[in-house]
Amino acid sequence: MKPIATTRAATGTETGKLAVWWVLASEVVIFGGLLASYVMFRLGHPEWADAAAVTNTHIGAFNTWVLLTSSLTAVLAHQAAERGDGKKAAKYLYFTIGGAAVFIGVKTYEWWYEISHGYTITSNGFWAFYYTAAGLHAFHVIAGAIIMAFVARDAARGLELHRVELIGIYWHFVDIVWIFLFPLLYIAK
Amino acid sequence: MVEPAVDLAHGHAHDDHADHGPQGWLKYLWSTDHKVIAMQYMFTGMFMALVGGFMAYVFRMQLAFPGIDVPGFGAVSPGEYNALVTNHGTIMIFWVAMPVLLAAFGNYLIPLMVGADDMVFPKINRLSFQVFFVSTIVILASLFVEGGGFAGAWTAYPPLSAVAEYNLTRLGSTLWVIGVGLEFVAFLLGGINFITTLMNSRAPGMRAFDVPLVVWMIVVASILFMLSVGPLLAGAIMLIFDQTIGTGFFNPAAGGDPILWQHLFWFFGHPEVYVVLLPAMGVVIEIIATFSRKKVFGYRIVIFTVVATGVLSFFVWAHHQFIAGIDPRMANIFTITTLLISVPIAELCFVYIATLYGGSIRLTTPMLWALAFVAEFLIGGVTGIFLGAAGADIYFHDTYFVLAHFHYTFFPIAIIGTFAAFTYWFPKMFGKMMDERLGKWHFWLTIIPFNVIFIPLFVLGMGGQHRRIYNYNLHEDLNSEMFQDMRILATGALLVMLAAQFIFFYNCWKSGRSGPKAPKNPWKANTLEWTTESPPPHGNWHPLRMPVVYRGPYEYSVPDREDDYWPQNEPDGGPLKVIDGDS
Repeated sequence: MKPIATTRAATGTETGKLAVWWVLASEVVIFGGLLASYVMFRLGHPEWADAAAVTNTHIGAFNTWVLLTSSLTAVLAHQAAERGDGKKAAKYLYFTIGGAAVFIGVKTYEWWYEISHGYTITSNGFWAFYYTAAGLHAFHVIAGAIIMAFVARDAARGLELHRVELIGIYWHFVDIVWIFLFPLLYIAK
Repeated sequence: MVEPAVDLAHGHAHDDHADHGPQGWLKYLWSTDHKVIAMQYMFTGMFMALVGGFMAYVFRMQLAFPGIDVPGFGAVSPGEYNALVTNHGTIMIFWVAMPVLLAAFGNYLIPLMVGADDMVFPKINRLSFQVFFVSTIVILASLFVEGGGFAGAWTAYPPLSAVAEYNLTRLGSTLWVIGVGLEFVAFLLGGINFITTLMNSRAPGMRAFDVPLVVWMIVVASILFMLSVGPLLAGAIMLIFDQTIGTGFFNPAAGGDPILWQHLFWFFGHPEVYVVLLPAMGVVIEIIATFSRKKVFGYRIVIFTVVATGVLSFFVWAHHQFIAGIDPRMANIFTITTLLISVPIAELCFVYIATLYGGSIRLTTPMLWALAFVAEFLIGGVTGIFLGAAGADIYFHDTYFVLAHFHYTFFPIAIIGTFAAFTYWFPKMFGKMMDERLGKWHFWLTIIPFNVIFIPLFVLGMGGQHRRIYNYNLHEDLNSEMFQDMRILATGALLVMLAAQFIFFYNCWKSGRSGPKAPKNPWKANTLEWTTESPPPHGNWHPLRMPVVYRGPYEYSVPDREDDYWPQNEPDGGPLKVIDGDS
C-alpha cells in the first residue's frame, strides 16, 4: 500500500514531476561546472583549436539530428499517454530508445576512429574535456534509455502512464546538454 | 475534528509492519519507514563520530607529546599523522555532521512535522541510505589499503591529491574521492525526497508559513547542497581521471590548472557550511521557542533571512583562496560578500535572543545545549570576520587561528546542535525520558573542555603556528615552552571531553532501558510530531486520524487560553480560560 504522503499534492503539481525537475536542477550544475571549467580553459588555451579541428562536425551534426528526433518521439509518446493510449506511447518510446542506440553507435564509431588515430583522453586538455564531457553525457543517454525501457514496458500494459511524461522531461534535458556540447566541442574550431 | 477527504479514501488500517516486506531484523535493514532510515543514518553517523574522535585523540596526543606511543594506536609516523588529520576532517563533515543533522533529523522530522506518514519516495529514501552505507565502507576501507589512507588534507588540493608520486597513497586517495562522491549521490537522493515531501505532502491546512522553522531550514539546506555540489562532482570525476588514467585537468605540467580544483571545491565548500549550519539553527530555534514558552520572534523574517543567506553563500567561496594567487581585485569583492553574509546570521542570533527575551525560560538539558549553541557559534562567527577580510587573512591563513575558528563554527553545529536535537527528541524517538542530571553533567563536561581545547589554539594561531605540521618541536620558532604547554592543555581538555561522552552513552542506555515512559507531548510543544505516540507507530498516525493544521507552530502563551501552548492541529475555540470562577 502506498503511503498517504505519496498521494498528496499540496502544490498542485504531481510529486514525480517535481522530483524530476529537482533532479534536473542538480544535473544542470554538474554539467554547468564541467562546461564552465572547459570554457575557462579554452579561453586560456587558443592552441586547443588545433585539437578541436580534428573532431568531425558532420558526424556531430548527424548525432544532433538523431537526438532531436528522439526528443520528438518522446513528445509523441507523452501525447499518446495523455490520451491513455499506452500501446502507442510504448511504441514511440521504443523509437526514442532506438534513437539513443543510434546515437551511442555513432559515438562509438567516432571515438574508435579518434582513439585509433592517437587522440586519447591523455593527449591534451582538449581531449581530456572532450572525452569526459561527452562520456558523462553518453552515460546519461544510456541510463535514460534503460529507464525508458522499463517505463515503456509498463506503458504497453497501460500502467503508470504518467511516467511517460517524466522520462520525456529527462530526455529533453539530455538533449539540451548535447545542444551545448555540440557547438563547444565540434563547431568551435 | 474534521477528517480530510483524501485520507478517507485510504480507510483500511495499517497493520504495524505486517504488510511491509521482510520480517525480523531484516525488517530494519530493508525498511522504507522514514523513522527507521533516520535511525540508520543516526547510528552510522554516531559510529563515525567515534572514529573521527579517535583520530583527533591520536593526533592531539602526538602534538602534545611528540613521538610517544599513543595508547591504543602506537607511534604516529608523519604519513599516518597526515592521513589522520585528513580523514578526521572528511569523516566529521561528510560522515558525521551531514548524516546526523541533515539526513537523520531531516528524515525523522520532516514527515512528522508536516503531518505525513512517510516520505514521498520511501524506496529512494532507502536507496539513499544504502548508497551512503557503501560510501561509509569505502572511506573506512581506504584507511587500510596499501600506503594508508589519503593524506592530502580534506580539501584535496591538487597536484598533491592528483599525483600518486606526490601523495604516496595511490589507492587511498582514489578510494577517498570515490567515497566522498558516493556520499554526495546519497545526499542528492535524500535531498530530492526532503524538498518534494515538504512541497507536496503537507497536512491539509498547512500553508507554507505554518511549517516549523527546522523543516524550512533543512529543506533550504538540501536545496543549497543540490545546487552547489554539482561542480564538485564534476571536479571529482576529473580528479579521479587525473589519478587513475593520467589526464592533466589539474596538473600544470600537462597544461592543467590546480586553482580550478580550488574553485570547484570551495564553490561547494562554502555553501556546505550553511548546509550543516541551517539544520542546527532550526533545531535551536525550535527548542528556544518551546522552553521560553514564547512565539518565535519574526517567523517570516527568519525564513527570508535563511533564503538570503543561502543565495549569498554562493558568492563567498574565494575567501578560502586569498593567498592562492587570485586577482587582488577579486579578493576585494569576496571580502565584501563575506562580511555581508555575517549580517543575516547575526540577525538570526538576535532573533533567538529576542525570542528568549521576556519568556519563562526552563533550563532543561536540550535548552542548555541550544543556548550554548548561540553563545559558542557567536565566537566562531566573530572570529570569521578576521578571516573574511583579505588583509588579515593573509597573516592568519593556514594557521591554527583558522582551525580554531572553524571548530568554533562546526563544533556548535555538529556536536552541540546534534546533542540539542537528540536530547529534545529523545522522548519522541525512543519513548523514554532522559535523565536530566546525567544530561547536565554531560553538557558541562563537554562545553567547558571544548572551550579549553580551542581558545589556546586561537592563541597559538596568532603566534604563527601553522597547520598540518607533524611535530612543532622540530621548528625552532614554534618550539617554546609556553606554546608546548598550550598544546598539552588542549590535548588534556580533549581527553576530558572524549571521556565525558561516556556519560552520554550511559545516559542513553540507562534512560532507554529504565527511564520513565515518555508521554505524547512531554515538553508541551505545538508541532505535529508531539500529537502522536512516543515512539510513533509505522505510518506515524492512524490513517483515519491524520492531523489537520489550523495555525502556525509557535503559538505559545496566547492570552485568554488556559494552556500556554496551542498545538497546530487543535481547532479554534479549544479550551478557553475560564475568566471568573475557580478553574
